[in-house]
Amino acid sequence: MSTQDLPEQLRELVTEFHEVPEPDKLQLLLEFSRSLPELPARLGEHPEELEQVTECQSPLFLTVELDGSGADAPVALFFSAPAEAPTTRGFASILHEGLNGLPASQVLDVPDDLPERFGLTKLVSPLRMRGMSAMLGRIKRQIHARLGE
Amino acid sequence: MAVEAEQNDAFAQYAHPERLVSTQWVADHVGTPGVVVVESDEDVLLYETGHIPGAVKVDWHTDLNEPDTRDYVNGEQFAELMSRKGISRDDTVVIYGDKSNWWAAYALWVFTLFGHRDVRLMNGGRDKWIAEGRELTTDATPVTPTEYPAVERDDSVIRAYREDVLAALGTTPLIDVRSPQEYTGERTHMPDYPQEGTLRGGHIPTAASVPWARAAAEDGTFKSREDLDAIYRDEVGLGQDDDVIAYCRIGERSSHTWFVLTHLLGFDNVRNYDGSWTEWGNAVRVPVAQGEERGEAPGAAR
Repeated sequence: MSTQDLPEQLRELVTEFHEVPEPDKLQLLLEFSRSLPELPARLGEHPEELEQVTECQSPLFLTVELDGSGADAPVALFFSAPAEAPTTRGFASILHEGLNGLPASQVLDVPDDLPERFGLTKLVSPLRMRGMSAMLGRIKRQIHARLGE
Repeated sequence: MAVEAEQNDAFAQYAHPERLVSTQWVADHVGTPGVVVVESDEDVLLYETGHIPGAVKVDWHTDLNEPDTRDYVNGEQFAELMSRKGISRDDTVVIYGDKSNWWAAYALWVFTLFGHRDVRLMNGGRDKWIAEGRELTTDATPVTPTEYPAVERDDSVIRAYREDVLAALGTTPLIDVRSPQEYTGERTHMPDYPQEGTLRGGHIPTAASVPWARAAAEDGTFKSREDLDAIYRDEVGLGQDDDVIAYCRIGERSSHTWFVLTHLLGFDNVRNYDGSWTEWGNAVRVPVAQGEERGEAPGAAR
């Protein structure tokens, strides 16, 4: 699987998933689901400021903030998903670790087929994989909106 | 060796009360020789976050589906799975899962394709177990592999293929158990976002709309016999002698309805069309109805 077109921190994640043997991939995803950061209090108290990703089969909310303006502004990602949805949390956590802090332009350049690159399609149903695609799509759309494009 | 059915007054109202057990029964019987408790969830990782002590996991996507043929596993693969999970052919299997036993009912339906005789649902599923404050563990369940015979799947009784549905149009009642928006064909479309992978929205003509979750109570247990009769007999108009075919998107939600019609209401000939909308909505030369009306079978109006 090609990783040349990915930012460094994302490339490392894709490689990590590929180096793990098949039976341990789910365990790795579970570890990611546990490490998804909690929402900061200012957002936790205002859930209406988060956007629901309706393509996910479980409730998943996200929002994007830019630290500054322009295409070089670092992106901050915030996710909220219940503990009963570990797979959705795992996907959110991968995106958080892979994209958080990158300049806006780099996030926008992440290829849309990213979810297929983790080698999880055999383990996770197609509809769930589409949930991850939808998260990425909404992140990009919010960035475009914040940039005023 | 299968164990006796639970004697529970709450289940006596149903046609086949032996197909249900309570959370308390599971707490009392998990670990009993002849009883295997199986968790089957929509979320592939949920079992790993904590499960009933002693329960094994069966995943619909990785264990029950055969990706190369886009079908269920065959007899040998099922036997291998059962062996790996420590299940013998005459064991009592109790399945529970998330979302009002939606996926647990799907697993039960697949077990039934292989003629596994004694397979039951834990009423209320995973959520009820948790709501009652019962124990969960992340400890691996030790399993002793069994010798399970390779029994070929019998698709002829409880499974409907696309051709069966086409042939049944206009004579056999169909139940569409998806959401009202899926039934009418309305799309929750937003620009730039991936949509469900079907080319056409709508439903199979003549199908009645009964979203599957109407059969579930707030706590995830099944509604009373009286409530279920009111929905499926009075509202939909099913008669006791009717054959019925249920469908949804890929056959999982309709397994829940199949369980209700077969085991709780006692209909003798209910089939699940597991190809469902994923197949029908993409198929060439099949009729589709849109909107809230059931629509008519092609040729019926002429």
